[in-house]
Amino acid sequence: MNRRVWLQYATTLAALAAFVPLRALAAIWNRTAFESTSVANALQGLGAGPDSPSPDIVLVAPDFAENGAIVQVEVESRIPDTEAIAILAEKNPTPLIANFIFSNGAEPYVVTRIKMAETAELKAIVKAGGKYYSVSRKVEVSLGGCG
Amino acid sequence: MADLIKIRARLKDGVTEVKVLMNHPMETGRRKNDFGETVPAHFIQLVTAALNGKTVLEAQWGTGISKNPYLTFRLRGAKAGDKIAITWHDNKGESNSLEVAVEAN
Repeated sequence: MNRRVWLQYATTLAALAAFVPLRALAAIWNRTAFESTSVANALQGLGAGPDSPSPDIVLVAPDFAENGAIVQVEVESRIPDTEAIAILAEKNPTPLIANFIFSNGAEPYVVTRIKMAETAELKAIVKAGGKYYSVSRKVEVSLGGCG
Repeated sequence: MADLIKIRARLKDGVTEVKVLMNHPMETGRRKNDFGETVPAHFIQLVTAALNGKTVLEAQWGTGISKNPYLTFRLRGAKAGDKIAITWHDNKGESNSLEVAVEAN
């Protein structure tokens, strides 16, 4: 690469870099995964490979949820080198609910409250050491909360 | 207006538990109001947590997180007085941020 071409590249990159703060969020948020209407497509959007069921992921959620608008979910991974935990509700219009990425001393543990449209399998997918692990459990929902 | 973020960070036995409550409608874009009009989507897409300026947790969210989102996470290596900052960004480009100090139990 000669000097002139290199300079053009450098100028272009600098110009792009100036836009990064504005565009950062759009770039980070995984639109493909979050707008997917099936679990399989959502996982593909996350770049997740095939997952194997693991007893080392603890997924705490109610067996029966009266109100699907607020379902408290707790996920803890005991798999070494856990990098991320994703939460999906199989029958929600868009099943991917959240993807948590841990670093710098954060434990692979989260509690949050989610919406569930109807009775469905709730899944947690853990990424650890480049591999994927999963756990799922059924949550019965009396009143759907995805309005 | 109510606070947009509430945070409590408590250190116990080497682990800091951080509880966060955010004030946000989390509209899915599918709900209809009393006049039968669809309420536009308005939801938090990204939440980041930092310990003394260093990112420890990045959460990407879809529309499936409940209204007024609640989040708990745990950290190792934080000391009493360390700063925990939470920032959220939503799909309308709004954002909010709050910093608190870790309390020893």
